[in-house]
Amino acid sequence: MRYIGKEMSRVDGVAKVTGQAKYAAEFQVKNVAYGFIVQSTIAKGSIKSIDTSEAEKQSGVIKIFTHLNSVKRKDKDDAFCALQNEKIVFNGQPIALVVAESFEQARFAARLVKAEYLKEAHLTETEKAPTVDSRGGKVRGNPKEALQNAAVRISAEYTIPIEHHNPMEPHAAIAMWDGDKLSIFDKSQGVKEVQRHLAKSFGIATENVSVVSPFVGGAFGASLNPNYYPFLTAAAAREIKRPVKVNYTRRQMFTGHGYRPYTIQKVQIGASKDGKLQAIIHEAIGNTSTFEDFSETPNGFGRTLYNCPNYDTPYKLAKTDLPTPTWMRAPGAVSGAFAIESAIDELAYELKIDPLQLRIINYAEKDPDTGKPFSSKALMECFKQGAAKFGWEKRKPEPRSMRDGKWLVGWGTATGTWGAMQLPASIRITLKADGTANVGSATADIGPGTYTVITMIAAEFLGISPEKVKFELGDTKLPNAPVQGGSFTTASVGSAAHGAALNIKKKLFDFAVRDFGFAGVSVEDTEMAKGFLFSKKDNSKSVAIADLMKKNNLTEIVENYTSMPSKERNNYTSMAHGAQFVEVKVDEDLGIIKVTKVIEATAVGKIMNPKTSHSQEMGGIVWGIGMALQEQTEIDHRYGKMMTTNLADYHIPSNADVHTVETDFIEEDDKIINPLGIKGMGELCLVGIPAAIANAVFHATGKRIRTLPITIDKIL
Amino acid sequence: MRPFKYERATDAAAATKAVSANSSAKFLAGGTNILDLMKEDVERPTALIDITRLSLSQIRSANGGVSLGALAKNTDTANHPLVRQNFPLLSMAILAGASGQIRNMATNGGNLLQRTRCPYFYDVAMPCNKREPNSGCAAMEGLNRMHAIFGWSEKCIAVYPSDMAVALAALDATVKVQDANGKERTINFGDFHRLPENSPEKDTNLTNGELITSIEIPKNNFAGKSYYLKVRDRASYAFALVSVAAALETNGNKIKNVRIAMGGVAHKPWRAMEAEKMLVGKEATEANFKMAAEAEMKNAKPLEHNKFKVELGKRAIVRALSMAMNGDKA
Ligand SMILES: Cc1cc2nc3c(=O)[nH]c(=O)nc-3n(C[C@H](O)[C@H](O)[C@H](O)COP(=O)(O)OP(=O)(O)OC[C@H]3O[C@@H](n4cnc5c(N)ncnc54)[C@H](O)[C@@H]3O)c2cc1C
Ligand code: SF4
Repeated sequence: MRYIGKEMSRVDGVAKVTGQAKYAAEFQVKNVAYGFIVQSTIAKGSIKSIDTSEAEKQSGVIKIFTHLNSVKRKDKDDAFCALQNEKIVFNGQPIALVVAESFEQARFAARLVKAEYLKEAHLTETEKAPTVDSRGGKVRGNPKEALQNAAVRISAEYTIPIEHHNPMEPHAAIAMWDGDKLSIFDKSQGVKEVQRHLAKSFGIATENVSVVSPFVGGAFGASLNPNYYPFLTAAAAREIKRPVKVNYTRRQMFTGHGYRPYTIQKVQIGASKDGKLQAIIHEAIGNTSTFEDFSETPNGFGRTLYNCPNYDTPYKLAKTDLPTPTWMRAPGAVSGAFAIESAIDELAYELKIDPLQLRIINYAEKDPDTGKPFSSKALMECFKQGAAKFGWEKRKPEPRSMRDGKWLVGWGTATGTWGAMQLPASIRITLKADGTANVGSATADIGPGTYTVITMIAAEFLGISPEKVKFELGDTKLPNAPVQGGSFTTASVGSAAHGAALNIKKKLFDFAVRDFGFAGVSVEDTEMAKGFLFSKKDNSKSVAIADLMKKNNLTEIVENYTSMPSKERNNYTSMAHGAQFVEVKVDEDLGIIKVTKVIEATAVGKIMNPKTSHSQEMGGIVWGIGMALQEQTEIDHRYGKMMTTNLADYHIPSNADVHTVETDFIEEDDKIINPLGIKGMGELCLVGIPAAIANAVFHATGKRIRTLPITIDKIL
Repeated sequence: MRPFKYERATDAAAATKAVSANSSAKFLAGGTNILDLMKEDVERPTALIDITRLSLSQIRSANGGVSLGALAKNTDTANHPLVRQNFPLLSMAILAGASGQIRNMATNGGNLLQRTRCPYFYDVAMPCNKREPNSGCAAMEGLNRMHAIFGWSEKCIAVYPSDMAVALAALDATVKVQDANGKERTINFGDFHRLPENSPEKDTNLTNGELITSIEIPKNNFAGKSYYLKVRDRASYAFALVSVAAALETNGNKIKNVRIAMGGVAHKPWRAMEAEKMLVGKEATEANFKMAAEAEMKNAKPLEHNKFKVELGKRAIVRALSMAMNGDKA
């Protein structure tokens, strides 16, 4: 391969660092007005009255929308929609949109909007909220009985606080109408989703909505669902007959889209004395809102990991007076892994078996739920290579047994897994006679390097250099693609790019057979490169692509292609896997924890671009450090309000918190998942990290911290 | 942000006059705190008097000590040879605060007057006596993990966030100010910031319109044995849970002179007088450090979520003194 598998810098890198890449709020639109959201200050009840008179008097104010004069949605689903009625369902709910000539004028006037409420008692504590059953997966075997009969048992409860995505770029949209045609610049992980949502909400034809989102400054799930602001922005634009822009403040981001749910998990494990798992009961409760159920099945991910004959994963949702949670990088998996991978560690100490060894003893060679083989699974190689690189064999088993001066040293490990998914995706490739190609698909690039990898795949199979490929995404005028989430973009859109390029080659090949004596050559034996189509076996068979087109009076060949997950996949379970090895140093006197080394070995199919892949993996590790030690959205339950809603109080790692981070790939040759062998990695890389850090902290200190984040006060 | 008037002052007299004439006017220095607070609608000045063009940014030696201009940047102050050589404690404290970018903008005067980071103070929908007198203190029974363990009142339990000021308290600095009539006065550092008592809306004993012109640190012999320890929720760019500025002057192993000030524990930099008194004349041993730390911390009055600060404070005092005494060997 010329490009695939080789390091390539981002094709959009220069545009990004020179400011040419435009993010939603940066588009210059003539005559734009600015909307600022006014938020509720109670968590539950209704608006008794809302007084906008003072605000309306201020200079620059064009119009103020409340539930009394706002556009109502044409269709209904459970998702929150702003200004639809007087009901208040969470603290920070939008209750008005002030539209003015400038952002500053809108913000100022927003502060003068006065609401009176009829308050009702709210409940924001997951522990106390009423629960409903959610999907928890089938019971495998007879876990209760097997647990009773097990020689060794452990049982522990783990808690994860609410966490927020906090991408650098806040949500923003600019909406404008032309008759009943709506166009909107939006920050989105899936323009087609936003298009569908807006078309339904306004009761207009889908093709009358255009959504453009070429660059996204991080999203991590925060822009997977359409969110409430595109409708709010578009509705205001329609009413005032002018383009309207709404741009969130950092504080507004905390109630603007959702969050990783507060999760309480109880894990009970039964094992034999030699470490064979007999039973796992992994219960989970996650919070949701009162008006919408959000479930991410945190306990589901352990099920394919261990060869355990008896397994149960009951799952409940707790209805709280908070916004609905949403997908946040490695949703469910990382929360579940914190519990199950901590519990396996606890069991290892109980059994006096090395925690890595315990995982090897219970290694699942096939999917324990379905009995299907894995299409590929190089987790064992990850264990071996990761352990060797880390020097795991030098680990002393006893907690508190390793030191570096005043620092206690702890080594911990954990495993991560994530589905290797693929969804239907379409792409259009236009190969021109001049040897350039335009490629388009309505996917997104929220940071993983989608612009680059699709460019590479197209270049590889069209046989042209990547500079000759122009790949467009993030626009509803382009062919259908799924949202960018679930780590399935490269597998889905990349497969489409591959398929489309092969079809173009097939068309050219057919011309060559007809006009240039390629009879007897099979298309599989041909390749495109340097402007020629040629046989790899027979030097004499070679023709310039320009000549092929010219002969057929073509200036370009257009291929619209939709790739589908293969049927063969159904006979297999396809997962990505990884092993994490972590060293922490703990200053026990002061409670300070440093994550001094992380070695992560992952098996995620074929690595298309090692450079951006490593970048993804490092990002996941840094995220894991934050999740383990720092991240937490604190709620004052008396007010039902999130309080750490800015980046000074909501901590994520600073540079000084990150030390040695190394990421290795164990490549898998998996042609069952898709022709290029692509799995995803953007979420997998995070999954085991928080557990591995907590396990290392236990090894260092002998303290098992089961509630994240592991802050100083928990160590003292 | 509410509409406000912006004026650029040409000299100190004009600046102090402009602010003292208008009870809702404020000085604008680096702007790293006041502008944030205005965007959050917490501070609502009707006029900002920009003082950044006044010539108050010199750092020079004065009577064997150092005089720090009120408008000298935090970065320049921390890196100035006079400060690094004679008052390394101050360099360490400044560099432990905020981020490089913020320190490049932040001024010494502004740093002293930065306001609390209590989340309820920042949230205008919440009751807060400091922001709105007599509205109540939401932190008292709320999220108070970051709050005070010393000197708080029923009205307010906030802590003062500056790191720089903790070192200045330990170094017995004084603050020079000038009023609208051109009258100067010098305030001892211990009297500059206030405890909340009945009026938490007042952070300091400055009157409206009084301009800080410089901060003076007298000569001392602590340069060889001083240390600023900051314990926080991440390695950089976080406010202190507890910090300790420790400075020792010894004769052999005997303590001749000692200064200990704490941050993150009170409404002002907290001089650990009790501990200091116990240590003078004693051997600089860990046992003595511990005894002194315990004596100081036994007067702490923690709240529901910050009990850990008492034990952490003790250990931080001991660690800071040991680091001051022995450097990295501690
Ligand atoms: C994200 C973040 C993190 C931070 N972390 C830390 C930290 O860890 N430790 C720490 O110590 N600090 C920290 N800071 C605070 C920072 O140090 C202060 O914001 C800065 O020192 C204020 O200085 P300034 O010149 O910008 O003040 P301004 O914002 O300009 O002014 C602050 C106040 O002082 C008044 N004022 C300014 N100069 C004078 C004068 N000469 N006379 C009278 N009044 C005056 C102003 O009127 C205003 O009320 C942080 C700030 C931010 C934004
Ligand atoms: S502690 Fe002080 S600043 Fe915080 S809410 Fe109470 S009164 Fe306000």
